[in-house]
Amino acid sequence: MSAPTTRPPQPPQLPETSSDVLVGPPAQTLREAVAEYRARLAGGDIGLLSAVLGLIALLAFFSILEPDTFTTTRNFANLMNQAAGVAFISMGLVFVLLLGEIDLSAGFLAGTAGAILGVTLSDGAPWYLAVAACLGTGAAFGLVVGLLVAYLRIPSFVVTLAFFLGLQGVLLAVIGEGGTIRISDSVILAVNNRNLSPVLGWVFVGVVVLGYVVAGYVARRRRAATGLPLSSAAVFWGGAVVLAVVLGLLAYLFNLERAVNPEIVSLRGIPIVVPLAVVFIAGLSFVLTRTSFGRHVFAVGGNAEAARRSGINVAGTRVACFVISGSLAAVGGIIIASRDNAVSPTTGGGETLLFAVAAAVIGGTSLFGGRGTIIGAVLGALVVATIRNGLPLIASGSAIIFMVTGLVLLLAATVDALSRRRGTTG
Amino acid sequence: MTPTIRLRGIQKSFGAVQVLRGVDLDAHPGQVTALVGDNGAGKSTLVKGIAGIHPFDGGSYEFEGQAVEVTSPKQASQLGIEVVYQDLALCDNLDVVANMYLGRESRTGIALDESSMERKAAETLAGLRVRTLKSVRQAVSRLSGGQRQTVAIARAVLWNSKVVILDEPTAALGVAQTEQVLALVRRLAESGLAVIVISHNMNDVLSVADSVAAMYLGRMAAQVPAAGVSNSDVVELITAGRSTALGVGVRDEVTA
Repeated sequence: MSAPTTRPPQPPQLPETSSDVLVGPPAQTLREAVAEYRARLAGGDIGLLSAVLGLIALLAFFSILEPDTFTTTRNFANLMNQAAGVAFISMGLVFVLLLGEIDLSAGFLAGTAGAILGVTLSDGAPWYLAVAACLGTGAAFGLVVGLLVAYLRIPSFVVTLAFFLGLQGVLLAVIGEGGTIRISDSVILAVNNRNLSPVLGWVFVGVVVLGYVVAGYVARRRRAATGLPLSSAAVFWGGAVVLAVVLGLLAYLFNLERAVNPEIVSLRGIPIVVPLAVVFIAGLSFVLTRTSFGRHVFAVGGNAEAARRSGINVAGTRVACFVISGSLAAVGGIIIASRDNAVSPTTGGGETLLFAVAAAVIGGTSLFGGRGTIIGAVLGALVVATIRNGLPLIASGSAIIFMVTGLVLLLAATVDALSRRRGTTG
Repeated sequence: MTPTIRLRGIQKSFGAVQVLRGVDLDAHPGQVTALVGDNGAGKSTLVKGIAGIHPFDGGSYEFEGQAVEVTSPKQASQLGIEVVYQDLALCDNLDVVANMYLGRESRTGIALDESSMERKAAETLAGLRVRTLKSVRQAVSRLSGGQRQTVAIARAVLWNSKVVILDEPTAALGVAQTEQVLALVRRLAESGLAVIVISHNMNDVLSVADSVAAMYLGRMAAQVPAAGVSNSDVVELITAGRSTALGVGVRDEVTA
């Protein structure tokens, strides 16, 4: 038995040839970047386009129809708080959807974890212990689902459908029939109700823009040091400017006074949940696109057999994704509980899960696995929340809301299916 | 010269079905060994055993003269054994670099070291005199069949490999692309690798191989030098398990 050692990658020593045709991103100039993006769209990879265009169209639509009620800073702040719960659950779902799996239990897992949070807080535990218990609950249920899916190979649809039913019971059992648990902890309540001070808001914008520029600049320097050509500088700096303008505009608008009676209580600043979401977007995007684990998630979703033959721990990757999904559902539970000031047997129920799936799909995550982004899921959550927020202003009754949201999900899934077909035949 | 891979008396069963019954095989460095045999003769099972996907039940497996027990694909790749499967085992949604480094990504700290991976991937492709790829950052879904085959082979040689096993590398290719891939196979052997090629195409086998190993019903009918072997000799070995012209073949009493 010989002891195998890890071999460093060593390309075979073959004649020196000009390799510059091969290296580098496909697009090195702005013109090439545009051409490359159009080719990607034509190839079926719509990415963030549908979410961004959808959001702009919806904002314009409601602003024209309801300028006085929809287009107010107070309503936009509301929109952020309404979107937050679904956004966090959706970020977790991206991991599961990337595998080509589904998690139908995420909504009620959010409710159950939120109930655990409420119960531990009611028992007098400090907020951080309650949050830990809540996250632990989410991770533990995610682990069980993941083990059943990864090792017994029960379809995730069935496993999570069982948990969807079972967790409703667990939620009832934790809360007690017909009851609700009030949340009174000021830290938990602050998460999805309070705002940053205007100064802190500007600091936040500065940190995000600076972070984007520094991270991008360091990556470009490192690439340049390796002797590789860089992608278009115009695209990079253009992205930084767009980011700065959009965030700056948001900070400015949110820092305006939006209270009905400012003399009684002032209401201004970026909702705290926004920077919280940005931290999660940055962290989870890093995990998905810059680590081996993230690469393996895409590989398992793209071709599980190829991943297995490459020595990737396919089952372990699947379990980890369900644990992440469960944990983020728990975060979503905290956000929803904070918003509602309470946990009830319907927390995380109703349309929560479907909205989260819709958010991910609208944001360009494929239901067939192998394609998706975290930021897309968050933009998708904003799209869904905008529909949810704007429609009642122009149409009465929840009937129309359900139908429209259902249609939007169907539309997104259709785009996904069609783009997949173009991608494979192209 | 010590063979890179030396198998003796290899046994493998799936449940009650005995697929391999005492198979011998030698693969020498710098040589192309063609593995031929009819459907169900056990070629794929043999290759999967060498690669650690379905470990052998019995027999001796020597790698560079040392007895080894290969029980996982990771272990096989650590020894320097790479397999290019017929379906190529590429992830369509990932780019060329990501596919070449799949499961063995270079990192700096916890982050992927994309720059060094991209540079080495490009160097390897250039070293194989691959000119048909526009960029190593293209998604594999956008490549042609020949380009995909090239990426899969380049992935196999990226790792300072000692053995490269190719499963039907030309089955899905046209005439020109087949020529290119066969030339690539010869180049791999000339750079000192032990190359094992599974093929059904007798012309491919005889044009590229130094040694022909013919399997018959789970046994090795014969492993003979390719020089001086005719097309019909190989066909006879595959279909009857013996060759009267060469005076080799399985004997019926060798039923293990």
